Amino acid sequence: MKFGKELSIFLILMAVCMFTGYKNPNFFSQANILNTTKMIGIYGIFSIGMGFVIITGGIDLSVGSVFALLGVGLSMLLTEHQMNPWLAVLIAVAAGGVLGLLHGILVTKAKLQSFIVTLCGLMIYRSLARTITNDNTRNFSDAPQAKALIAFVNGDWMGLPTPMWLLILCAIIAFIVLHRSVFGIRLLATGQNEESARFAGIPTQRITTITYVVCGLLAGVSAVLLAFYTSSISPNGHGIGYELYAVAACVLGGFSLRGGDGSIIGVVLATALLQVLRNMINMLQLSQQLEFTLIGGVILAGVLIDGAIRNRKKRIPG
Amino acid sequence: MHGVSKRFPGVIALDSVDISLAPGEVVALLGENGAGKSTLMKIIGGVYQADAGSLIVDDVPCTFRSPSEALDKCIRVVFQELSVLENLDISENIFLGRELRKAGLVDRKKMRELTVGYLEKVGLKRPPSTPVAALSIAERQLVEIARAFSMKVRYLILDEPTSSLTLEESNRLFEIIADLKNEGVGIFYISHRLDEIGVVADRVVGLRDGKNAGALTKEEITHEAMVKLMVGREIAPSVNAGPTTASEVVLEIKELRTSRYPNIPVSFSIRSGEILGLAGLVGAGRSEVTRALFGIDPAQGTIALKGETLKVRSPRDAINAGMFLVPEDRRNAGLTTTMSVGENIVLPAWHKFSALGLKKQHPARKYATEGVQQLNVKTPSIDQIAANLSGGNQQKVVLARWLQMNPKVMIIDEPTRGIDVGSKAEIYTELRRLAAQGLAILMVSSDMEEVLAVSDRIGVMHEGHLSGILDRKDATEEAIMNLAVGGAK
Repeated sequence: MKFGKELSIFLILMAVCMFTGYKNPNFFSQANILNTTKMIGIYGIFSIGMGFVIITGGIDLSVGSVFALLGVGLSMLLTEHQMNPWLAVLIAVAAGGVLGLLHGILVTKAKLQSFIVTLCGLMIYRSLARTITNDNTRNFSDAPQAKALIAFVNGDWMGLPTPMWLLILCAIIAFIVLHRSVFGIRLLATGQNEESARFAGIPTQRITTITYVVCGLLAGVSAVLLAFYTSSISPNGHGIGYELYAVAACVLGGFSLRGGDGSIIGVVLATALLQVLRNMINMLQLSQQLEFTLIGGVILAGVLIDGAIRNRKKRIPG
Repeated sequence: MHGVSKRFPGVIALDSVDISLAPGEVVALLGENGAGKSTLMKIIGGVYQADAGSLIVDDVPCTFRSPSEALDKCIRVVFQELSVLENLDISENIFLGRELRKAGLVDRKKMRELTVGYLEKVGLKRPPSTPVAALSIAERQLVEIARAFSMKVRYLILDEPTSSLTLEESNRLFEIIADLKNEGVGIFYISHRLDEIGVVADRVVGLRDGKNAGALTKEEITHEAMVKLMVGREIAPSVNAGPTTASEVVLEIKELRTSRYPNIPVSFSIRSGEILGLAGLVGAGRSEVTRALFGIDPAQGTIALKGETLKVRSPRDAINAGMFLVPEDRRNAGLTTTMSVGENIVLPAWHKFSALGLKKQHPARKYATEGVQQLNVKTPSIDQIAANLSGGNQQKVVLARWLQMNPKVMIIDEPTRGIDVGSKAEIYTELRRLAAQGLAILMVSSDMEEVLAVSDRIGVMHEGHLSGILDRKDATEEAIMNLAVGGAK
């Protein structure tokens, strides 16, 4: 079954929704649905970006710090420079792409491990965000010209919030790129065996670099959405640890950290599952501190079951 | 050792080999690449276990299940592949696994004191605290040899110990071997350098295709006798159509310098319709030439294709010019084995089957199917995963990938390594057919029979040099082997 994994995540997601809704009917209230899908949208977009990097066998640990740096940068452009809001957003997203390009060049040309490159990014960008703001929390209250845009980002259309629509758009494009385009097959070949791909004439370094740029751009989009959503960016805590949600969603969604394998539908569904689980903790009034125990446990169970199925397939041939 | 056999999947590496070694004797093992020398030594050293036959040490039958059991019998092996650890220093490497202790802690001081003596013996002038990472390959080899001497040793196996040593260092090693002999140590000595075998060996044992191929006593050891011992078998009937008439030069290489041998230029040319075989021993620099031509490794020199200078900075440049490489390592370089047969064939040609960057599946599948049919690849469908095919069929998939892209030059590194006899014949026929169509083919092979059967001309490499190019009519196994071990033309 080709989409077996995606289907099982979908069924688990449905089961968790039903269970939570049964325990607390407010789960299905319009406010809660809007809020949860908004979170799915914001987290899903950068998780897709992470997925591209993971297919090459790499990882991007800097995402959370990129959120802080781009968030405070966006606030400064809008409040201190009174910039046109669309231009400011464009600059923020582009800046994410530039940081991704930097990571990609360091990984492919300087031959550094992505873990190290982006771990340094994680530290540097966070520290820069704190330095330029003097650790002061930033917001958008002095940016009247951006009011309309912020309202649009936080608004909804046909029952779904803007970030969710953006996620759907990103997911469709990413699905086509990964599963239907020539770039996609070259990316998968590079991830499965870079040496073989090189011998087939594939410019593996360029392809790897592009994935980091894509990851940076999508992180930029999420950074803007998150900044407008929270409208209060504390440089010390904004976005901290978010990269791990993305890695978790990819692993749960069927990506191999060794590279060469991935599913866009899988990562989107896995993001949804993680966000619904977080929401469930609220809805069922469980202790907030339990959140990561639950998420960690679900990922571990998912990976264990997956491994068991794979080993069984190996034992019984055909 | 009596009647020792060893099978690997699909290959019989050793077939009923007998060999003996007395204390105080140096026995040299001779044979081509793949003759089974290293496998035999690994069985004695406990790395592999024999499938049949017996190993008798001091009149006691033994089976070594691991290298440490061989060590217990004072059998030491210095393998061809270096096993020193880069992150440790010299003395730590020498005492690895049997570190000296004082009050439960490692006694570095004592280890270093003892190491000084061992290093003096092998002539390595380095303090014992030098990290191995800072040593050259030759120096590492000396450390490895010193490690063997540092233990109580009664039987010593040296597998190509001089392959990276200078003449002076080698001579130093021969002195040590003479000393050990006098102490009653029995030594198996493997080397491709025939001159040094004449110096150190008391007896020579030949291996060919995993079987005993004869032996020479001290008096019988001559250069000619040894070459004959290595190759002397019936030459297979030739499948080449004979020398083709002079035609245009397709590929011309001038002063190519590879990253492994940056100071040794190599020049040759291949005509249309010609197969140039490239023979030589492992490590002679043949694969480096193929990798340089295909843009995998950086290289210097000029490459001209049909008279036009070609800059090859990446495989893409070579591919666009119609020059393709079938690499030596089929599973990790030739194919992406986790992908399907069809995907492997289309992989470098997707630009032909795309619209706005999207894949056009139908024509691509047709293209892959044609490739499979043309080469008669035995696969249930083009959707079969490449890993599930036999070696011969995998090689045909790699060939099909490039044949579908209209090659002008094909470079093939070890075309039939690990491939069954039937597929071998098919691949030879295919190569000849391609040559007949006017392709220029460069074929690297360590299989002497293959080189003689398929090539029109045979280039022989030795330690980075192209030591000679023989015409088909002048080429004999002896002549090639002579050039491969660095003899004069």
